[in-house]
Amino acid sequence: MTTTIERPPAVPAAGGPARPIRRKRDRTSKTENLAGLAMLTPAVLLLALFIFVPAILAFGLAFTNARLISPYPAVFVGLDNFVRLFADAAFFRALLNVAYFAVVVVPLQAGLALVMAILVNKKVRGTTFFRTVYFLPVVTSMVVVSLLWLFMYRQDGLINVIIDRVTFGLVTGPDWLNDTATSMPAIILMSVWQGVGFHMIIWLSGLQTIPADLYEAADLDGVTAWQRFRYITWPGLSATRSLILVTITIQALSLFTQISVMTQGGPLNSTTTVVYEAVESGFAQQETGYASAISLVFFVIVLLISVVQRFLSREKA
Amino acid sequence: MAISNVAIAEVAPASAPHVVLGRKTAKKKRVIGVGGWILRIGLTVLFLFPILFMFVSSLKPDQQIFGDLSSIAAFLPIGNISMDNYAAVFDRVPAARFLVNSIGISAITVAAGILVNSLAAFALSRMRVRGKTIILTLIIATLIVPFETLALPLVWWVNQLPSFELTEFGFMFTKGWIDTYQVQIIPFVANAFSIYLFHQYFESIPKELDEAARMDGAGWFRIYRQVVMPLSGPAIATVAILTFLPAWNSYLWPLMVVQTEELRPVMVGVQYFFQLNVSWGEVMAYSTLITLPVVALFIAFQRSFVNSIASSGVKG
Repeated sequence: MTTTIERPPAVPAAGGPARPIRRKRDRTSKTENLAGLAMLTPAVLLLALFIFVPAILAFGLAFTNARLISPYPAVFVGLDNFVRLFADAAFFRALLNVAYFAVVVVPLQAGLALVMAILVNKKVRGTTFFRTVYFLPVVTSMVVVSLLWLFMYRQDGLINVIIDRVTFGLVTGPDWLNDTATSMPAIILMSVWQGVGFHMIIWLSGLQTIPADLYEAADLDGVTAWQRFRYITWPGLSATRSLILVTITIQALSLFTQISVMTQGGPLNSTTTVVYEAVESGFAQQETGYASAISLVFFVIVLLISVVQRFLSREKA
Repeated sequence: MAISNVAIAEVAPASAPHVVLGRKTAKKKRVIGVGGWILRIGLTVLFLFPILFMFVSSLKPDQQIFGDLSSIAAFLPIGNISMDNYAAVFDRVPAARFLVNSIGISAITVAAGILVNSLAAFALSRMRVRGKTIILTLIIATLIVPFETLALPLVWWVNQLPSFELTEFGFMFTKGWIDTYQVQIIPFVANAFSIYLFHQYFESIPKELDEAARMDGAGWFRIYRQVVMPLSGPAIATVAILTFLPAWNSYLWPLMVVQTEELRPVMVGVQYFFQLNVSWGEVMAYSTLITLPVVALFIAFQRSFVNSIASSGVKG
């Protein structure tokens, strides 16, 4: 490892001056190459073992009847898993639910996060305090948040008590998580509450890249707050915007923890998700082959969405 | 940007700018200012009170939690306050064991992650390695894959991997990583995003420093350890936080690969509270217990937390 790089000989030997220098350099770059490879090996090996291999396995296993624990080796079954998948009502419900969740969460969370970012970007008293408080749910684990809201969403829980108080007993809140009409909106509300602080910070770092003199110039001209936003802030955030859309969408599609802790996909599959279905079949029922088929479809969807979103945002910018 | 410049130019007659700001706009500004404060405080209530409720409820017996719901007392530590719920949590769940497990797993993942990923980034950023462009591209390509899509094939895969145990007779090879500590650590050590962050940071450290060190006879590893890493504090902090949070919060993975109680991390422990009659006071106590370490770290290293989240904004 201790390769010393000496200065090239000051006085070239008579005969071939270039040769010994080059040989020397070749040797050092060889050791450099080896040392570099040695430093890369642990990371590359681990990434290969735990990302590339499972990715390839997802492709392979999806066409087999592999089980998590089985005395028999997996057998190739062609498209059987996919045929079954596309006839599976629960899987379609899961796709639909995830789409519903994403379509509501993405604009809601991105929009609210932007409002919050603009609020805490102003240099007013207590900005750090507000920033900290808004960020607090993000450092609280989704498992804990789910538990907390599980209690708040009870028929006799905090939220319904507040609804009752605010409307002077006129409105009785629903049994949020046990009603097919309100279960998904309830999950959505809670997820936005937990995640919005994260995207506030990302918007904020985008806001801080917008040159302050643009705002100063605008202030001198007495433009309205809306004009400031429309012509300075919004165009200045185009890169941040596409990033936020992609990350929230992919997060939304990967919905699992909330479901697992709060509803187990119920009532009547109204909150089941793609990842939840994959875990149910791949882990609870140990059908790795079938779960791999679900994972594969999921992966293709994620890929398509990030490609489309990137394409759209590139055109606009 | 082009649009905004044009727009500003249009409304910008370079003369007498202050006159434009008449009484009407000043009033409007004040209204917006007041609205801003109402929003700020409203949001504070929205985000703070549920967490406050969790903490306060953890100190109350169940009956009082329900009794207090309809008044502001739900958010105040008043009435019959005690640590009873916490004592009950330790009776019901091996909470201490879970906490030790999670602390150990997170700490090792963070430490190993910093080492492995920074070494790789160092080689990619500062050394001439054959094929490094391809390696870097492949590493970055893994960023688009959410963990959830790989989790199930990965469960099957780790169950095939050989594992060796220390027995009284020496080593013993067994099949499968299910039910071990290593299965909760090793798959999460190498991380493409950490490599990317280190790489970006290392690029900003002048390469002349390396050359000077090499003149003095320093080897590559020494340059890594004594030149580059000591200058990379912010990158290390960022990677540490971005590795720690998912490690501490991990739920899906240990749910599937750890069945033995002694090996479980904190998040999986929540299942214990729904087996028999649910005591919400205990649920809130356990929730507080497993949240407090993270919140404490967050408050202590607030700036680093915010910076690390902001830096994940370059992911796209």
